[in-house]
Amino acid sequence: MTELHKLSIKEKLKGLKDSTFSSQELTESYLKRIKKLDNKINSFITVLEERAVKSAKEADQRYASGSALPLDGIPIAHKDIFCTEGVLTSCGSRMLSNFISPYSSTVVKNFEGSGSVVLGKTNMDEFAMGSSNETSYFGEVKNPWKEDYVPGGSSGGSAACVSAGLASGATGTDTGGSIRQPAALCGLTGIKPTYGRVSRYGMIAFASSLDQGGVLTKTAEDAAYMLKTMSGHDPKDSTSLNVEVPDFVKEINKEIKGLRVGLPKQFFSMNLPEYVERSINESLKVFEKLGVKIIDVDLPHIDLSLPIYYVIAPAECSANLSRYDGVKFGYRCEDPKNLEDLYMRTREEGFGSEVKRRILIGTYALSAGYYDAYYLKAQKCRRLVANDFKETFKSVDLILSPTAPDTSFALGAKTSDPVEMYKQDIFTIPANLAGLPGISVPCGQHQGLPLGLQLVSDNLEESKILRMAHHFQLNTDWHKSWPELD
Amino acid sequence: MSLKNQDLEQIAYLARINIDKDKFPSLKKELESILELVAKMDSVNTESVVPMSHPLDLSQPLRKDKVTEKDDRKNLQKNAPSIKAGLFMVPKVIEVED
Repeated sequence: MTELHKLSIKEKLKGLKDSTFSSQELTESYLKRIKKLDNKINSFITVLEERAVKSAKEADQRYASGSALPLDGIPIAHKDIFCTEGVLTSCGSRMLSNFISPYSSTVVKNFEGSGSVVLGKTNMDEFAMGSSNETSYFGEVKNPWKEDYVPGGSSGGSAACVSAGLASGATGTDTGGSIRQPAALCGLTGIKPTYGRVSRYGMIAFASSLDQGGVLTKTAEDAAYMLKTMSGHDPKDSTSLNVEVPDFVKEINKEIKGLRVGLPKQFFSMNLPEYVERSINESLKVFEKLGVKIIDVDLPHIDLSLPIYYVIAPAECSANLSRYDGVKFGYRCEDPKNLEDLYMRTREEGFGSEVKRRILIGTYALSAGYYDAYYLKAQKCRRLVANDFKETFKSVDLILSPTAPDTSFALGAKTSDPVEMYKQDIFTIPANLAGLPGISVPCGQHQGLPLGLQLVSDNLEESKILRMAHHFQLNTDWHKSWPELD
Repeated sequence: MSLKNQDLEQIAYLARINIDKDKFPSLKKELESILELVAKMDSVNTESVVPMSHPLDLSQPLRKDKVTEKDDRKNLQKNAPSIKAGLFMVPKVIEVED
């Protein structure tokens, strides 16, 4: 039989429908690959072997009785930030290393309702804070393209597992680039939809005004299938948008001729490596051939994005993570002397150093006397960045840039300098600040490591970026290559 | 932007995180480098700008004030570090004089 893991979701659905193979066979082939290969990359925290085979059998029964669901029998993985009933949901932290979730997130439920098979929970930077997947309590994840290189983060386990062919696709979350940057570094398609498109209920909170769930897949078409399943209004999330979800799968085939793409001059005047610029220029030629117009645009406040983010994200994280106090769930220190000692040592021992750093910065930014100078100032600057986009989308449909400033880097190369690590997200953070949807698509390789380009559109126009990505992939081969991990 | 040891102690206490004194120098350096990055915001005048707290500027919807969750105490307490008679146990907080 052909290698099942190399089939697209559309091909898998057809194979299941035509009984070319069963979901059980498909699922077992993935589980076999995970057993054989995941010890090289450490992309899973939990593998749900029995549960997966059981749901695969149920999917096969539905195919046999003619009652198949939209993603019936498709094996996927969830980032370990999505609460899954009865399963360890660790968020990559010692703090939750014993947390068996008593309920499932809406995203997990939506995939269950569509018949997908969950292979397991993927590794991630602790509490989604990191750009290299080196901060996980469960060990670093390795890039399937080069095992001594990082997969990016924070959805590094999701990126590595899909890239290595250990799942058809995986969910991720993106607060400042945590879907798009690892997608770029692992040669995948990764989409962060509009803020509010995907429910945050049961998605462990980091920075609530920025966090958004999305997917990492091989292709834009696969992403369309998965995004369609996970999106939609959820009364349990007060920031969930009550708007209709387009049929992303149908929409991607519409033509892209006449669309206008903006190139922010600020992004292209910062001494990018020659091969990054070349990959972007060659991609632009592909789009031009398809009738897309390329226009230079100006986003005058975009340089403020990184500073704004490193006030808002830590401030919101310091508030969200105050719930981990060793009282009701999660880690608790040994022999606390008194209640204060219980709080202080539980949090010292339960959190890793990057999480602690961000809680401290956030606490400082929100403390009496500093609130106006930091948090309020950042919220004002955030408005300026959002206005820049609003203005720009009057004259263009999309904004294009590299996804990350370079290819992946060696494990350990940036761990001693937090600010150097933060610069990984320089191109991706602006979309989170403005709530906009963004996608990363493979657009080249340098020394055997993938490069990605990013497309950002106005709010709720995921169809447009998926369509652009799909047409790009119909005319390029970068998304078709696989790392040699076997 | 420079932080004093005293500032760091105060922040750590507000955050309820114990920090070993020997980690102060490296932590201070890291936090200062973040504050230096953040200081770039000072270069713009934002006097008349309305702060943005929601990326789509939406307000919070209201729902009916009705109980929607069932009592699930036993299940929820399965994850607790210490439970007695259905209560979360913590070290004694009230001092009793004999």
